[in-house]
Amino acid sequence: MESFTPIASSIGGLLIGIAAAGLLMFHGRIAGISGIAGGIFRRVPGDTSWRVMFLLGLLAAGLGWSYFFPQDYLVGISRSTPALVIAGLAVGIGTQIGGGCTSGHGVCGIGRLSKRSTVATISFMATAALTVLVVNEVFGGAV
Amino acid sequence: MKTKVGAFLGGLLFGVGLAVAGMTQPAKIIDFFDFFGDYDPSLAFVMGGAILVYAPVYRWAVRTWQRPIWAPAFSLPTRKGIDARLVIGSAIFGVGWGLGGYCPGPALTSVGAGSQEAFTFGAAMLVGVGGYQLFMRLRESRTEGPADAQAAAMIDG
Repeated sequence: MESFTPIASSIGGLLIGIAAAGLLMFHGRIAGISGIAGGIFRRVPGDTSWRVMFLLGLLAAGLGWSYFFPQDYLVGISRSTPALVIAGLAVGIGTQIGGGCTSGHGVCGIGRLSKRSTVATISFMATAALTVLVVNEVFGGAV
Repeated sequence: MKTKVGAFLGGLLFGVGLAVAGMTQPAKIIDFFDFFGDYDPSLAFVMGGAILVYAPVYRWAVRTWQRPIWAPAFSLPTRKGIDARLVIGSAIFGVGWGLGGYCPGPALTSVGAGSQEAFTFGAAMLVGVGGYQLFMRLRESRTEGPADAQAAAMIDG
């Protein structure tokens, strides 16, 4: 467990929780990244600009933070371009069918004590673990 | 204007939180799911920390506030039952998460950081998100009209 970061990860988690709580208190919205992104393509009048601005904030955070701490964005695993494309498509389509991702179901949903989100979180955690098992044990960690 | 600035600041704080938490490093995600290697439980601490803040605020705000500060009403998920879409969709997401090491938030903020891998993953992810939503809109317009558009947009996460 040499890479385990309990303190930094807890602090980061608190910041994510504050951001999600703020979006609820001020905008009345669930801070689910896949849901925020998906809603942009729905083009509901008056419902697009806050979504775009939230995602721009997310991009700006990466731009600014990486300037001072580029090591926080190291990939550290071996993935080919086709693997990344398949993974991205699966995450994009899967989150839209399942109605959420780690933030929407995993943080906000469980935080709301939603049974649906708890089931969703168990489902994506299970298949993520199974996929990692196959990638690491069958393909030797590089796909 | 203030709602736009507020949303931007929300995204900014969310993105900083992800980086501080180490969630923008796919290796930490993979190591959380790898029970036979150098195990890294960090992801559980991130989710735990976030839920610790979110759960009480949610309970308090939704139960005692008439409305959010800048909006006329809370927009909360309305679906209740467990269905195949929820389980299968989430399962597909999990496969992508385990394969790429990114979920949507870390992928997008890492694009901002200039990561080549995140850009490839993120572009494919947006094709998946946009393609699915546009397909659903097309289907709705060909059937009963956009009667369920609002409900469809009201996704859980």
